[in-house]
Amino acid sequence: MKHGLKLTVAALLLTGVMTGCNTKGTNKTPSTNAKLTGTISAAGSTALQPLAGEAAKEFMTTYPQVSVTIQGGGSGTGVNQVSSGAVQIGNSDVPASEKLSNPSAGKDLVETKVAGVGYSIITNKDVGVDSLTELQIQNIFSGKTTNWKDVGGKNEKINVINRPASSGTRTAFEKTVMKNVKINDSVGTVQDSNGAVEQAINSTPGTISYLADSYLAGGKKTTLKTVKINGKDSSIANITAGNYPFYSYEYMITKGTAKSPVKEYIDYVKGDSFSKKVEEMGYIPISKMKGLK
Amino acid sequence: MEYKKRNFFLLEYLGRSLVTLCGLLMIVITIAIIVFIVSKGIRSFTQNHISLFDMLFSKNWSPNNPTNPSFGAVIFIVGSILVSIGAVIIAAPIAISLAVFTNYISPKFGEKILKPVLEVLVGIPSVVYGFLGVTLLIPFIRNTVGGVGFSLFAGIIVLSIMILPTIASIASDAVRAVPKDYLEASYGLGSTRWQAIRLAIVPAAKTNILTAIVLGLARAFGEALAVQMVIGNTVKIPKGLFDQTVTLTGILTMDMANTMNGTAWNNALWTLAMILLLISFLFILVIRLIGRSGGKRA
Repeated sequence: MKHGLKLTVAALLLTGVMTGCNTKGTNKTPSTNAKLTGTISAAGSTALQPLAGEAAKEFMTTYPQVSVTIQGGGSGTGVNQVSSGAVQIGNSDVPASEKLSNPSAGKDLVETKVAGVGYSIITNKDVGVDSLTELQIQNIFSGKTTNWKDVGGKNEKINVINRPASSGTRTAFEKTVMKNVKINDSVGTVQDSNGAVEQAINSTPGTISYLADSYLAGGKKTTLKTVKINGKDSSIANITAGNYPFYSYEYMITKGTAKSPVKEYIDYVKGDSFSKKVEEMGYIPISKMKGLK
Repeated sequence: MEYKKRNFFLLEYLGRSLVTLCGLLMIVITIAIIVFIVSKGIRSFTQNHISLFDMLFSKNWSPNNPTNPSFGAVIFIVGSILVSIGAVIIAAPIAISLAVFTNYISPKFGEKILKPVLEVLVGIPSVVYGFLGVTLLIPFIRNTVGGVGFSLFAGIIVLSIMILPTIASIASDAVRAVPKDYLEASYGLGSTRWQAIRLAIVPAAKTNILTAIVLGLARAFGEALAVQMVIGNTVKIPKGLFDQTVTLTGILTMDMANTMNGTAWNNALWTLAMILLLISFLFILVIRLIGRSGGKRA
Protein backbone atom coordinates (compact mmCIF):
# COMPACT_ATOMS: atom_id res chain seq x y z
CA MET A 1 0.00 0.00 0.00
CA LYS A 2 2.79 2.45 0.93
CA HIS A 3 4.62 1.59 -2.24
CA GLY A 4 1.60 2.49 -4.35
CA LEU A 5 1.16 5.84 -2.58
CA LYS A 6 4.74 6.87 -3.31
CA LEU A 7 4.32 6.05 -6.98
CA THR A 8 1.10 8.09 -7.25
CA VAL A 9 2.65 11.17 -5.63
CA ALA A 10 5.68 10.92 -7.93
CA ALA A 11 3.44 10.66 -10.99
CA LEU A 12 1.42 13.71 -9.89
CA LEU A 13 4.56 15.77 -9.30
CA LEU A 14 5.97 14.86 -12.69
CA THR A 15 2.74 15.89 -14.42
CA GLY A 16 2.75 19.16 -12.54
CA VAL A 17 6.32 19.90 -13.62
CA MET A 18 5.54 19.11 -17.26
CA THR A 19 2.55 21.45 -17.42
CA GLY A 20 4.45 24.18 -15.60
CA CYS A 21 7.19 24.11 -18.19
CA ASN A 22 4.81 24.72 -21.04
CA THR A 23 3.59 28.23 -20.21
CA LYS A 24 6.51 30.02 -21.89
CA GLY A 25 5.39 32.44 -24.58
CA THR A 26 1.68 31.71 -24.44
CA ASN A 27 0.54 35.00 -22.92
CA LYS A 28 3.20 37.39 -24.22
CA THR A 29 2.57 39.52 -27.29
CA PRO A 30 4.87 38.45 -30.13
CA SER A 31 7.37 41.15 -31.09
CA THR A 32 9.21 41.91 -34.27
CA ASN A 33 12.73 41.18 -33.10
CA ALA A 34 11.98 38.06 -31.09
CA LYS A 35 15.02 36.29 -32.49
CA LEU A 36 17.42 37.74 -29.86
CA THR A 37 18.31 35.04 -27.37
CA GLY A 38 20.74 34.47 -24.59
CA THR A 39 21.45 35.42 -21.02
CA ILE A 40 23.02 38.58 -19.70
CA SER A 41 24.48 38.82 -16.23
CA ALA A 42 25.59 42.10 -14.73
CA ALA A 43 26.95 43.07 -11.35
CA GLY A 44 28.43 46.09 -9.65
CA SER A 45 27.38 49.55 -8.67
CA THR A 46 24.36 49.82 -6.42
CA ALA A 47 23.85 53.39 -7.66
CA LEU A 48 23.31 52.14 -11.22
CA GLN A 49 21.43 49.02 -10.17
CA PRO A 50 17.90 50.48 -10.08
CA LEU A 51 18.29 51.90 -13.59
CA ALA A 52 19.84 48.71 -14.95
CA GLY A 53 17.11 46.63 -13.33
CA GLU A 54 14.32 48.74 -14.82
CA ALA A 55 15.95 48.60 -18.26
CA ALA A 56 16.32 44.84 -17.89
CA LYS A 57 12.63 44.47 -17.12
CA GLU A 58 11.58 46.44 -20.22
CA PHE A 59 14.22 44.72 -22.35
CA MET A 60 12.93 41.30 -21.38
CA THR A 61 9.33 42.15 -22.32
CA THR A 62 10.52 43.26 -25.74
CA TYR A 63 12.78 40.23 -26.20
CA PRO A 64 11.26 37.41 -24.18
CA GLN A 65 13.97 34.95 -25.18
CA VAL A 66 16.65 36.96 -23.39
CA SER A 67 17.12 36.72 -19.64
CA VAL A 68 18.88 39.51 -17.79
CA THR A 69 20.02 39.42 -14.17
CA ILE A 70 21.44 42.42 -12.35
CA GLN A 71 23.25 42.15 -9.05
CA GLY A 72 24.77 44.72 -6.76
CA GLY A 73 27.99 44.42 -4.82
CA GLY A 74 29.66 47.77 -5.44
CA SER A 75 31.62 49.23 -8.34
CA GLY A 76 34.77 47.35 -7.35
CA THR A 77 32.95 44.03 -7.39
CA GLY A 78 31.58 44.89 -10.82
CA VAL A 79 35.00 45.52 -12.33
CA ASN A 80 36.52 42.47 -10.61
CA GLN A 81 33.81 40.15 -11.84
CA VAL A 82 33.78 41.37 -15.42
CA SER A 83 37.59 41.11 -15.54
CA SER A 84 37.49 37.53 -14.36
CA GLY A 85 34.67 36.67 -16.75
CA ALA A 86 32.15 35.83 -14.05
CA VAL A 87 29.66 38.35 -15.44
CA GLN A 88 29.29 39.96 -18.84
CA ILE A 89 28.65 43.52 -17.71
CA GLY A 90 30.29 45.33 -14.82
CA ASN A 91 28.31 48.35 -13.59
CA SER A 92 30.51 51.07 -12.22
CA ASP A 93 30.29 54.66 -11.00
CA VAL A 94 33.86 55.37 -12.02
CA PRO A 95 35.93 54.40 -15.07
CA ALA A 96 37.77 51.15 -14.46
CA SER A 97 41.11 52.82 -15.12
CA GLU A 98 40.62 54.99 -12.03
CA LYS A 99 40.26 52.02 -9.74
CA LEU A 100 42.89 49.73 -11.19
CA SER A 101 46.37 50.61 -10.01
CA ASN A 102 47.85 48.50 -12.79
CA PRO A 103 46.44 49.91 -16.06
CA SER A 104 47.55 46.93 -18.11
CA ALA A 105 45.26 44.71 -16.07
CA GLY A 106 42.30 46.52 -17.57
CA LYS A 107 43.48 46.87 -21.12
CA ASP A 108 40.85 44.58 -22.59
CA LEU A 109 37.99 46.23 -20.69
CA VAL A 110 35.68 48.41 -22.76
CA GLU A 111 33.71 51.13 -20.98
CA THR A 112 30.44 52.55 -22.20
CA LYS A 113 28.84 55.60 -20.63
CA VAL A 114 25.17 54.75 -20.27
CA ALA A 115 23.79 57.63 -18.22
CA GLY A 116 24.75 60.62 -16.20
CA VAL A 117 23.76 61.23 -12.62
CA GLY A 118 23.66 64.45 -10.67
CA TYR A 119 24.39 64.70 -6.97
CA SER A 120 23.17 67.17 -4.39
CA ILE A 121 24.57 68.52 -1.17
CA ILE A 122 22.00 67.91 1.53
CA THR A 123 21.68 69.21 5.07
CA ASN A 124 19.45 68.73 8.04
CA LYS A 125 16.21 70.72 7.90
CA ASP A 126 17.30 73.05 10.71
CA VAL A 127 20.26 74.42 8.75
CA GLY A 128 19.07 77.63 7.19
CA VAL A 129 21.64 77.90 4.38
CA ASP A 130 20.33 77.78 0.81
CA SER A 131 23.47 78.01 -1.25
CA LEU A 132 27.17 77.45 -0.74
CA THR A 133 30.14 78.31 -2.92
CA GLU A 134 32.60 75.61 -3.90
CA LEU A 135 35.21 77.19 -1.62
CA GLN A 136 32.82 77.09 1.34
CA ILE A 137 32.07 73.41 0.69
CA GLN A 138 35.78 72.66 0.45
CA ASN A 139 36.42 74.40 3.76
CA ILE A 140 33.62 72.54 5.48
CA PHE A 141 34.72 69.09 4.37
CA SER A 142 38.41 69.76 4.96
CA GLY A 143 37.66 70.77 8.53
CA LYS A 144 38.56 74.46 8.20
CA THR A 145 35.04 75.76 8.76
CA THR A 146 33.37 74.23 11.79
CA ASN A 147 30.39 76.46 12.52
CA TRP A 148 27.40 77.22 10.35
CA LYS A 149 27.55 80.91 11.27
CA ASP A 150 30.72 81.24 9.17
CA VAL A 151 28.81 80.39 6.00
CA GLY A 152 25.61 82.32 6.64
CA GLY A 153 23.72 80.02 8.97
CA LYS A 154 23.04 80.14 12.69
CA ASN A 155 25.50 79.46 15.50
CA GLU A 156 25.61 75.70 15.28
CA LYS A 157 28.37 73.14 14.93
CA ILE A 158 28.74 71.65 11.46
CA ASN A 159 28.47 67.85 11.59
CA VAL A 160 30.02 66.41 8.45
CA ILE A 161 28.84 63.03 7.17
CA ASN A 162 30.96 61.26 4.58
CA ARG A 163 30.66 58.02 2.65
CA PRO A 164 33.49 55.45 2.83
CA ALA A 165 36.64 56.43 0.95
CA SER A 166 36.09 53.82 -1.73
CA SER A 167 32.49 54.85 -2.52
CA GLY A 168 31.72 56.00 -6.06
CA THR A 169 29.58 58.87 -4.79
CA ARG A 170 32.44 60.19 -2.68
CA THR A 171 34.91 59.81 -5.55
CA ALA A 172 32.62 61.95 -7.75
CA PHE A 173 32.40 64.52 -4.93
CA GLU A 174 36.18 64.62 -4.52
CA LYS A 175 36.78 64.96 -8.22
CA THR A 176 34.23 67.63 -9.11
CA VAL A 177 33.75 69.74 -5.97
CA MET A 178 36.69 69.20 -3.61
CA LYS A 179 39.21 69.04 -6.47
CA ASN A 180 42.66 69.43 -4.90
CA VAL A 181 41.41 69.89 -1.34
CA LYS A 182 41.51 66.69 0.67
CA ILE A 183 38.50 65.58 2.71
CA ASN A 184 39.51 65.41 6.35
CA ASP A 185 38.69 61.89 7.47
CA SER A 186 39.15 62.60 11.14
CA VAL A 187 36.30 65.11 11.09
CA GLY A 188 32.67 64.04 11.23
CA THR A 189 31.34 60.52 10.78
CA VAL A 190 31.19 57.99 7.96
CA GLN A 191 28.03 56.18 6.97
CA ASP A 192 28.10 53.11 4.83
CA SER A 193 25.11 53.55 2.51
CA ASN A 194 22.71 56.13 1.07
CA GLY A 195 20.02 54.97 3.47
CA ALA A 196 22.24 55.37 6.51
CA VAL A 197 23.24 58.86 5.35
CA GLU A 198 19.59 59.86 4.97
CA GLN A 199 18.77 58.54 8.45
CA ALA A 200 21.70 60.37 10.03
CA ILE A 201 20.93 63.63 8.22
CA ASN A 202 17.31 63.57 9.30
CA SER A 203 17.98 62.83 12.95
CA THR A 204 21.10 64.87 13.73
CA PRO A 205 21.06 68.68 13.76
CA GLY A 206 23.64 70.63 11.80
CA THR A 207 24.59 67.80 9.45
CA ILE A 208 25.77 68.09 5.86
CA SER A 209 26.42 65.35 3.33
CA TYR A 210 26.03 64.39 -0.36
CA LEU A 211 23.63 62.02 -2.11
CA ALA A 212 22.95 60.95 -5.68
CA ASP A 213 19.84 62.47 -7.27
CA SER A 214 18.73 58.98 -8.28
CA TYR A 215 18.37 58.23 -4.59
CA LEU A 216 16.49 61.48 -4.01
CA ALA A 217 14.02 60.87 -6.86
CA GLY A 218 10.44 60.05 -6.12
CA GLY A 219 9.43 62.32 -3.27
CA LYS A 220 12.50 62.13 -1.09
CA LYS A 221 13.56 65.56 -2.29
CA THR A 222 10.72 67.07 -0.31
CA THR A 223 11.82 65.62 3.02
CA LEU A 224 15.53 66.42 2.70
CA LYS A 225 16.93 69.90 2.32
CA THR A 226 19.19 70.32 -0.70
CA VAL A 227 21.74 73.10 -0.90
CA LYS A 228 22.56 74.82 -4.17
CA ILE A 229 26.16 75.13 -5.31
CA ASN A 230 26.99 78.70 -6.39
CA GLY A 231 23.26 79.42 -6.48
CA LYS A 232 22.44 76.63 -8.96
CA ASP A 233 20.61 73.43 -8.17
CA SER A 234 21.27 70.01 -9.66
CA SER A 235 18.63 70.12 -12.41
CA ILE A 236 19.42 68.46 -15.71
CA ALA A 237 19.33 71.85 -17.43
CA ASN A 238 21.98 73.25 -15.11
CA ILE A 239 24.25 70.23 -15.43
CA THR A 240 24.09 70.00 -19.20
CA ALA A 241 24.69 73.74 -19.52
CA GLY A 242 27.84 73.34 -17.44
CA ASN A 243 26.56 75.46 -14.56
CA TYR A 244 26.53 72.73 -11.92
CA PRO A 245 29.75 70.82 -11.29
CA PHE A 246 28.64 67.87 -9.17
CA TYR A 247 27.77 65.03 -11.56
CA SER A 248 29.32 61.87 -12.92
CA TYR A 249 28.70 59.18 -15.48
CA GLU A 250 27.50 55.64 -14.97
CA TYR A 251 29.51 53.06 -16.86
CA MET A 252 28.76 49.60 -18.13
CA ILE A 253 32.02 47.74 -18.64
CA THR A 254 32.47 44.69 -20.85
CA LYS A 255 35.48 42.52 -21.56
CA GLY A 256 36.19 43.28 -25.18
CA THR A 257 33.52 44.81 -27.39
CA ALA A 258 30.00 43.80 -26.45
CA LYS A 259 28.40 41.04 -28.46
CA SER A 260 24.73 40.25 -28.95
CA PRO A 261 22.57 40.32 -26.83
CA VAL A 262 24.75 42.37 -24.45
CA LYS A 263 25.26 44.99 -27.14
CA GLU A 264 21.52 45.41 -27.74
CA TYR A 265 20.90 45.71 -24.02
CA ILE A 266 23.51 48.42 -23.51
CA ASP A 267 22.20 50.25 -26.59
CA TYR A 268 18.72 50.03 -25.10
CA VAL A 269 19.85 51.64 -21.84
CA LYS A 270 21.46 54.47 -23.81
CA GLY A 271 18.61 54.70 -26.29
CA ASP A 272 15.94 57.34 -26.74
CA SER A 273 13.01 55.01 -26.03
CA PHE A 274 14.30 54.52 -22.49
CA SER A 275 15.39 58.09 -21.83
CA LYS A 276 12.04 59.16 -20.38
CA LYS A 277 12.31 56.45 -17.71
CA VAL A 278 15.91 57.52 -17.08
CA GLU A 279 14.80 61.04 -16.20
CA GLU A 280 11.93 59.76 -14.08
CA MET A 281 14.30 57.70 -11.98
CA GLY A 282 16.55 60.69 -11.31
CA TYR A 283 19.36 59.98 -13.79
CA ILE A 284 20.37 62.00 -16.86
CA PRO A 285 19.93 60.43 -20.33
CA ILE A 286 23.29 60.07 -22.00
CA SER A 287 21.99 61.80 -25.12
CA LYS A 288 21.70 65.02 -23.12
CA MET A 289 25.26 64.81 -21.81
CA LYS A 290 26.91 65.60 -25.13
CA GLY A 291 29.39 68.40 -24.89
CA LEU A 292 30.33 67.73 -21.28
CA LYS A 293 33.61 66.13 -20.39
CA MET B 1 6.08 -11.64 4.96
CA GLU B 2 9.23 -10.59 3.17
CA TYR B 3 12.54 -9.80 4.71
CA LYS B 4 14.59 -7.22 2.87
CA LYS B 5 18.11 -8.55 2.60
CA ARG B 6 20.53 -5.98 3.97
CA ASN B 7 24.26 -5.96 3.76
CA PHE B 8 25.28 -4.97 7.27
CA PHE B 9 28.93 -5.24 6.40
CA LEU B 10 28.56 -2.58 3.68
CA LEU B 11 26.46 -0.29 5.85
CA GLU B 12 29.05 -0.44 8.57
CA TYR B 13 31.85 0.77 6.33
CA LEU B 14 29.60 3.24 4.52
CA GLY B 15 28.66 4.84 7.80
CA ARG B 16 32.21 5.08 8.98
CA SER B 17 33.56 6.55 5.74
CA LEU B 18 30.75 9.13 5.59
CA VAL B 19 31.56 10.37 9.06
CA THR B 20 35.31 10.37 8.39
CA LEU B 21 34.69 12.29 5.18
CA CYS B 22 32.81 14.99 7.08
CA GLY B 23 35.65 15.35 9.53
CA LEU B 24 38.23 15.60 6.78
CA LEU B 25 36.05 18.08 4.89
CA MET B 26 35.96 20.43 7.89
CA ILE B 27 39.74 20.30 8.24
CA VAL B 28 40.25 20.90 4.53
CA ILE B 29 37.84 23.85 4.45
CA THR B 30 39.44 25.49 7.48
CA ILE B 31 42.95 25.09 6.12
CA ALA B 32 41.83 26.37 2.71
CA ILE B 33 40.30 29.50 4.24
CA ILE B 34 43.41 30.22 6.29
CA VAL B 35 45.73 29.65 3.35
CA PHE B 36 43.62 31.90 1.11
CA ILE B 37 43.45 34.80 3.55
CA VAL B 38 47.15 34.60 4.39
CA SER B 39 48.18 34.38 0.74
CA LYS B 40 46.17 37.47 -0.11
CA GLY B 41 47.19 39.32 3.03
CA ILE B 42 50.89 38.74 2.43
CA ARG B 43 50.62 40.50 -0.94
CA SER B 44 50.77 43.90 0.74
CA PHE B 45 54.27 43.08 1.81
CA THR B 46 55.49 41.10 -1.19
CA GLN B 47 53.82 42.93 -4.08
CA ASN B 48 53.34 46.47 -2.81
CA HIS B 49 56.39 46.56 -0.56
CA ILE B 50 54.70 48.05 2.45
CA SER B 51 56.83 47.61 5.52
CA LEU B 52 55.42 45.43 8.31
CA PHE B 53 56.37 48.08 10.84
CA ASP B 54 54.37 50.74 8.97
CA MET B 55 51.33 48.53 8.70
CA LEU B 56 51.23 47.62 12.35
CA PHE B 57 52.40 50.80 14.00
CA SER B 58 51.66 53.73 11.73
CA LYS B 59 48.62 55.92 12.36
CA ASN B 60 48.46 57.10 8.76
CA TRP B 61 45.67 55.49 6.74
CA SER B 62 45.13 57.19 3.37
CA PRO B 63 45.04 54.53 0.69
CA ASN B 64 43.39 56.79 -1.86
CA ASN B 65 46.13 59.37 -1.82
CA PRO B 66 47.29 59.39 -5.46
CA THR B 67 50.87 60.45 -4.83
CA ASN B 68 51.77 58.97 -1.49
CA PRO B 69 49.36 56.32 -0.22
CA SER B 70 49.90 55.11 3.33
CA PHE B 71 48.51 52.03 5.02
CA GLY B 72 48.84 52.25 8.77
CA ALA B 73 46.45 49.98 10.68
CA VAL B 74 47.03 51.22 14.23
CA ILE B 75 43.77 53.19 14.44
CA PHE B 76 41.68 50.17 13.47
CA ILE B 77 43.45 47.83 15.89
CA VAL B 78 43.13 50.32 18.75
CA GLY B 79 39.45 50.94 17.92
CA SER B 80 38.66 47.23 17.89
CA ILE B 81 40.52 46.65 21.16
CA LEU B 82 38.85 49.58 22.92
CA VAL B 83 35.33 48.61 21.93
CA SER B 84 35.82 44.89 22.73
CA ILE B 85 37.43 45.43 26.11
CA GLY B 86 34.82 48.05 27.00
CA ALA B 87 32.04 45.60 26.14
CA VAL B 88 33.64 42.85 28.23
CA ILE B 89 34.09 45.18 31.21
CA ILE B 90 30.35 45.83 31.17
CA ALA B 91 29.09 42.38 30.21
CA ALA B 92 31.32 40.10 32.32
CA PRO B 93 30.20 41.18 35.82
CA ILE B 94 26.55 41.05 34.74
CA ALA B 95 27.04 37.61 33.20
CA ILE B 96 28.77 36.20 36.28
CA SER B 97 26.01 37.62 38.48
CA LEU B 98 23.43 35.98 36.21
CA ALA B 99 25.29 32.68 36.50
CA VAL B 100 25.29 32.86 40.30
CA PHE B 101 21.62 33.85 40.28
CA THR B 102 20.48 30.98 38.09
CA ASN B 103 22.39 28.39 40.05
CA TYR B 104 22.23 29.40 43.68
CA ILE B 105 19.72 32.17 44.35
CA SER B 106 16.72 31.15 42.33
CA PRO B 107 17.14 28.05 40.13
CA LYS B 108 13.47 27.78 39.12
CA PHE B 109 13.23 31.39 37.94
CA GLY B 110 16.55 30.98 36.20
CA GLU B 111 15.53 27.83 34.37
CA LYS B 112 12.05 28.98 33.39
CA ILE B 113 12.59 32.65 32.54
CA LEU B 114 16.23 33.71 32.35
CA LYS B 115 17.37 30.86 30.12
CA PRO B 116 14.73 31.44 27.41
CA VAL B 117 15.39 35.19 27.62
CA LEU B 118 19.09 34.65 27.00
CA GLU B 119 18.31 32.29 24.13
CA VAL B 120 16.10 34.96 22.54
CA LEU B 121 18.87 37.55 22.93
CA VAL B 122 21.33 35.24 21.18
CA GLY B 123 18.87 34.65 18.36
CA ILE B 124 18.41 38.32 17.46
CA PRO B 125 20.45 39.09 14.30
CA SER B 126 23.26 41.58 14.72
CA VAL B 127 21.84 43.93 12.10
CA VAL B 128 18.72 44.32 14.26
CA TYR B 129 20.92 45.27 17.22
CA GLY B 130 22.64 47.84 15.01
CA PHE B 131 19.33 49.23 13.83
CA LEU B 132 17.99 49.48 17.38
CA GLY B 133 21.21 51.23 18.33
CA VAL B 134 20.83 53.77 15.53
CA THR B 135 17.18 54.54 16.18
CA LEU B 136 17.09 54.39 20.00
CA LEU B 137 20.55 54.64 21.50
CA ILE B 138 22.10 57.32 19.29
CA PRO B 139 19.38 59.95 19.84
CA PHE B 140 19.48 59.17 23.57
CA ILE B 141 23.22 59.79 23.71
CA ARG B 142 22.85 62.89 21.59
CA ASN B 143 20.17 64.34 23.85
CA THR B 144 21.94 63.60 27.13
CA VAL B 145 25.62 64.11 26.33
CA GLY B 146 25.48 66.18 23.16
CA GLY B 147 27.54 65.76 20.01
CA VAL B 148 26.48 63.54 17.16
CA GLY B 149 25.49 60.50 19.17
CA PHE B 150 27.61 58.09 17.14
CA SER B 151 30.38 57.18 19.51
CA LEU B 152 32.66 54.58 21.06
CA PHE B 153 30.19 54.44 23.96
CA ALA B 154 27.33 53.44 21.65
CA GLY B 155 29.49 50.69 20.19
CA ILE B 156 30.39 49.42 23.65
CA ILE B 157 26.76 49.32 24.82
CA VAL B 158 25.49 47.51 21.73
CA LEU B 159 28.36 45.00 21.88
CA SER B 160 27.93 44.28 25.58
CA ILE B 161 24.27 43.34 25.04
CA MET B 162 25.34 41.09 22.19
CA ILE B 163 28.04 39.20 24.06
CA LEU B 164 26.14 39.00 27.37
CA PRO B 165 24.29 35.75 26.51
CA THR B 166 27.51 34.11 25.32
CA ILE B 167 29.41 34.83 28.53
CA ALA B 168 26.37 34.17 30.72
CA SER B 169 25.61 30.70 29.40
CA ILE B 170 29.21 29.46 29.66
CA ALA B 171 29.69 31.07 33.07
CA SER B 172 26.47 29.43 34.21
CA ASP B 173 27.81 26.02 33.17
CA ALA B 174 31.06 26.86 34.96
CA VAL B 175 29.32 27.70 38.22
CA ARG B 176 27.08 24.65 37.94
CA ALA B 177 30.12 22.39 37.54
CA VAL B 178 31.50 23.35 40.93
CA PRO B 179 30.76 20.35 43.20
CA LYS B 180 28.15 20.80 45.91
CA ASP B 181 30.83 19.75 48.44
CA TYR B 182 32.37 23.21 48.23
CA LEU B 183 29.09 24.77 49.34
CA GLU B 184 28.60 22.24 52.12
CA ALA B 185 32.19 22.65 53.33
CA SER B 186 31.79 26.39 53.41
CA TYR B 187 28.58 26.13 55.42
CA GLY B 188 30.34 23.72 57.73
CA LEU B 189 32.91 26.40 58.45
CA GLY B 190 30.11 28.79 59.44
CA SER B 191 29.81 31.03 56.36
CA THR B 192 26.67 32.75 55.15
CA ARG B 193 25.35 31.89 51.69
CA TRP B 194 26.75 35.02 50.11
CA GLN B 195 30.16 34.43 51.72
CA ALA B 196 30.11 30.88 50.37
CA ILE B 197 29.33 32.10 46.86
CA ARG B 198 31.81 34.94 46.88
CA LEU B 199 34.74 33.20 48.56
CA ALA B 200 34.36 29.53 47.63
CA ILE B 201 32.17 28.86 44.60
CA VAL B 202 33.14 31.65 42.21
CA PRO B 203 36.89 31.29 42.76
CA ALA B 204 36.53 27.58 42.16
CA ALA B 205 34.85 28.24 38.82
CA LYS B 206 37.45 30.85 37.91
CA THR B 207 39.11 28.92 35.08
CA ASN B 208 35.92 28.29 33.17
CA ILE B 209 34.61 31.78 33.83
CA LEU B 210 37.83 33.14 32.34
CA THR B 211 37.26 30.94 29.30
CA ALA B 212 33.75 32.40 28.99
CA ILE B 213 35.13 35.94 29.15
CA VAL B 214 37.75 35.29 26.48
CA LEU B 215 35.10 33.75 24.22
CA GLY B 216 32.94 36.84 24.70
CA LEU B 217 35.97 39.02 23.92
CA ALA B 218 36.63 37.08 20.74
CA ARG B 219 33.02 37.46 19.64
CA ALA B 220 33.10 41.20 20.37
CA PHE B 221 36.30 41.59 18.38
CA GLY B 222 34.81 39.93 15.35
CA GLU B 223 31.44 41.70 15.31
CA ALA B 224 31.14 43.87 12.23
CA LEU B 225 27.74 45.19 11.28
CA ALA B 226 26.17 46.28 14.54
CA VAL B 227 29.30 48.13 15.66
CA GLN B 228 29.84 49.78 12.29
CA MET B 229 26.31 51.21 12.37
CA VAL B 230 26.74 53.08 15.65
CA ILE B 231 30.40 53.90 16.08
CA GLY B 232 30.75 56.73 13.56
CA ASN B 233 33.58 55.22 11.50
CA THR B 234 35.84 58.26 11.65
CA VAL B 235 39.44 57.23 11.06
CA LYS B 236 40.96 58.60 14.23
CA ILE B 237 41.85 57.55 17.75
CA PRO B 238 38.90 58.59 19.94
CA LYS B 239 39.63 61.43 22.31
CA GLY B 240 37.05 60.30 24.82
CA LEU B 241 34.29 57.81 25.45
CA PHE B 242 31.81 59.84 23.39
CA ASP B 243 34.09 60.42 20.44
CA GLN B 244 33.89 58.49 17.18
CA THR B 245 36.33 55.82 16.01
CA VAL B 246 36.53 52.90 13.61
CA THR B 247 37.17 49.16 13.97
CA LEU B 248 39.00 46.59 11.84
CA THR B 249 35.74 44.88 10.95
CA GLY B 250 34.03 48.20 10.17
CA ILE B 251 36.60 49.38 7.61
CA LEU B 252 36.47 45.95 5.95
CA THR B 253 32.69 46.02 5.51
CA MET B 254 32.77 49.55 4.11
CA ASP B 255 35.63 49.38 1.64
CA MET B 256 36.02 45.76 0.51
CA ALA B 257 33.27 45.72 -2.14
CA ASN B 258 34.39 48.97 -3.74
CA THR B 259 38.07 48.26 -4.24
CA MET B 260 39.44 46.22 -7.09
CA ASN B 261 41.41 43.00 -6.94
CA GLY B 262 45.12 43.51 -7.19
CA THR B 263 45.26 47.16 -6.17
CA ALA B 264 47.35 48.18 -3.17
CA TRP B 265 44.19 49.29 -1.35
CA ASN B 266 42.53 45.92 -1.82
CA ASN B 267 45.68 44.11 -0.70
CA ALA B 268 45.88 46.28 2.39
CA LEU B 269 42.28 45.35 3.26
CA TRP B 270 43.17 41.67 2.92
CA THR B 271 46.08 42.29 5.26
CA LEU B 272 43.65 43.78 7.77
CA ALA B 273 41.54 40.63 7.41
CA MET B 274 44.66 38.56 8.05
CA ILE B 275 45.44 40.60 11.17
CA LEU B 276 41.88 39.93 12.36
CA LEU B 277 42.34 36.19 11.75
CA LEU B 278 45.64 36.13 13.63
CA ILE B 279 44.13 37.95 16.61
CA SER B 280 41.31 35.38 16.73
CA PHE B 281 43.94 32.63 16.77
CA LEU B 282 45.57 34.46 19.65
CA PHE B 283 42.29 34.35 21.58
CA ILE B 284 41.92 30.61 20.94
CA LEU B 285 45.47 30.07 22.16
CA VAL B 286 44.77 32.04 25.33
CA ILE B 287 41.64 29.98 25.99
CA ARG B 288 43.56 26.74 25.65
CA LEU B 289 46.34 27.98 27.90
CA ILE B 290 43.87 29.00 30.59
CA GLY B 291 42.13 25.64 30.31
CA ARG B 292 45.36 23.70 30.60
CA SER B 293 46.71 25.64 33.58
CA GLY B 294 43.34 25.49 35.37
CA GLY B 295 43.17 21.75 34.89
CA LYS B 296 46.61 21.24 36.38
CA ARG B 297 45.72 23.20 39.51
CA ALA B 298 42.54 21.25 40.21
